[in-house]
Amino acid sequence: MKGMKKELITLRVNNEDYEIFTYPNKTLLEVLREDLMLTGTKEGCSEGACGTCTVLMDGKPIRSCLMLAVEAQGKDITTIEGLSEDDELHPIQKNFIEQGAIQCGFCTPGMILTAKALLDENPRPTEDDIKVAISGNVCRCTGYAKIVKAIKESSK
Amino acid sequence: MKKFDYLKPTSLDEVFSLMEKFGSNAKLIAGGTDVMVLLKRKRIFPDVLISLRSVPNMAYIKDEKDKIRIGSMTTHRELETSTVIKEKLTALYDAVINLGSVQIRNVATIGGNIANAAPSADTACPLLVLDASCLLISSKGEREVELKDFFIAPGETVMKQDEILKEFIIPKPSKLSGSAYWKLSRRKAMDLPILGVAISLAMNEDKSIKKARIGLGVAAPTPIRAFKAEEFLTGKFLTDEVLAEAGNIASKEASPRDSIRGEAWYRREMIRVLTKRVATISFKRANIV
Ligand SMILES: Cc1cc2nc3c(=O)[nH]c(=O)nc-3n(C[C@H](O)[C@H](O)[C@H](O)COP(=O)(O)OP(=O)(O)OC[C@H]3O[C@@H](n4cnc5c(N)ncnc54)[C@H](O)[C@@H]3O)c2cc1C
Ligand code: FES
Ligand code: FES
Repeated sequence: MKGMKKELITLRVNNEDYEIFTYPNKTLLEVLREDLMLTGTKEGCSEGACGTCTVLMDGKPIRSCLMLAVEAQGKDITTIEGLSEDDELHPIQKNFIEQGAIQCGFCTPGMILTAKALLDENPRPTEDDIKVAISGNVCRCTGYAKIVKAIKESSK
Repeated sequence: MKKFDYLKPTSLDEVFSLMEKFGSNAKLIAGGTDVMVLLKRKRIFPDVLISLRSVPNMAYIKDEKDKIRIGSMTTHRELETSTVIKEKLTALYDAVINLGSVQIRNVATIGGNIANAAPSADTACPLLVLDASCLLISSKGEREVELKDFFIAPGETVMKQDEILKEFIIPKPSKLSGSAYWKLSRRKAMDLPILGVAISLAMNEDKSIKKARIGLGVAAPTPIRAFKAEEFLTGKFLTDEVLAEAGNIASKEASPRDSIRGEAWYRREMIRVLTKRVATISFKRANIV
């Protein structure tokens, strides 16, 4: 259709700037996974309901499946790939492994980023604060108890 | 998703001229949490999305002398973390803390929630009982519409094609008043209400009711006020009998339907239960000793 052309957009992801030539109807999730090959961010429902596509935008958790990539320009995006430093995992990642909070791992990137945003805002959350924070992230495997424990451990 | 152009106007004037240029081929987008889902489900097919996110001064909470103004682009998370909302507009606070999840609340706006006009919109009942008005603006000027006159049908409002929702204007609740909202749902987070009930009460010194407002969500094709139940409560003392009768009247004013979330008879029953419960909380919050 007339006028609907690809655009050059710039995104800042994990402290690096990228230029991408894409359509305005592409979601941030699609661009992260398909153009930038950052496949740590997962697609579950694609309708905002499951939380697997959670990334941080200016430090705040958002659903990348409901965010158009064009709208994410000028913001700082953090994906799960951006948490480790060199070969060292982030403490929250380590605690997820140590506490057995990962089974299939599909929910894990979204859970960890949501947990990071919580801990950055509130370094000593109660168990209830943790449960409220992750209430938009679905896990089909773990039963959540170990995830809550891993986040709790990370707050010490 | 269908292809579309994405426009990011940086002033209201620019928004209006784009709206005029593209007419019904354009769709406004705020946080996009409703619009994106509609696009993905192929329920809407705009050629152009006009984003309101780059327009300055659209997100604010202004605590004025006798009014509170909330900009339409204010996110639910901004409302949730505002002490003005938590302390003065408690029914609205009750609604935003359980709306979607934090990832939704970080982007979804109060203007989008109301303009979308779903019968289940969580902020609608609280704004109704807080006597909110909507400030609508277009290139031709502005007008104020009381929220009780704003909704026409599911997804339909009195807003004209060239208008946008600029802000909500809420009279500051008087002393000796309290408000609350109860979202009946299977889970608190990530679930739309089966039923929503908001009540605000302004009390007299002698503990009789000076003014009552009851808002019902998912109880009719649009969020509604239960005017007869409000009138019944006025001047009364909050006894069990009075509350039970107010619940009966409110339940009769509703016209709920059967849906996947719940059946009509259940909603009617729960309007009785929740009217009593929410009025009791509002009364406690009025802090009358
Ligand atoms: C997973 C999920 C969970 C949700 N949970 C809830 C919930 O618990 N409770 C609830 O009530 N809702 C819920 N919603 C619905 C949605 O998040 C809210 O309705 C939200 O407030 C919409 O705001 P938005 O800024 O995202 O609107 P958008 O999607 O950007 O817009 C919604 C509509 O309003 C119009 N619009 C937006 N702003 C304006 C304006 N200023 N002037 C004129 N028109 C305008 C748009 O054109 C569109 O028609 C949920 C959605 C998702 C995806
Ligand atoms: S894929 Fe985005 S919330 Fe499910
Ligand atoms: S570990 Fe499998 S979904 Fe959470």
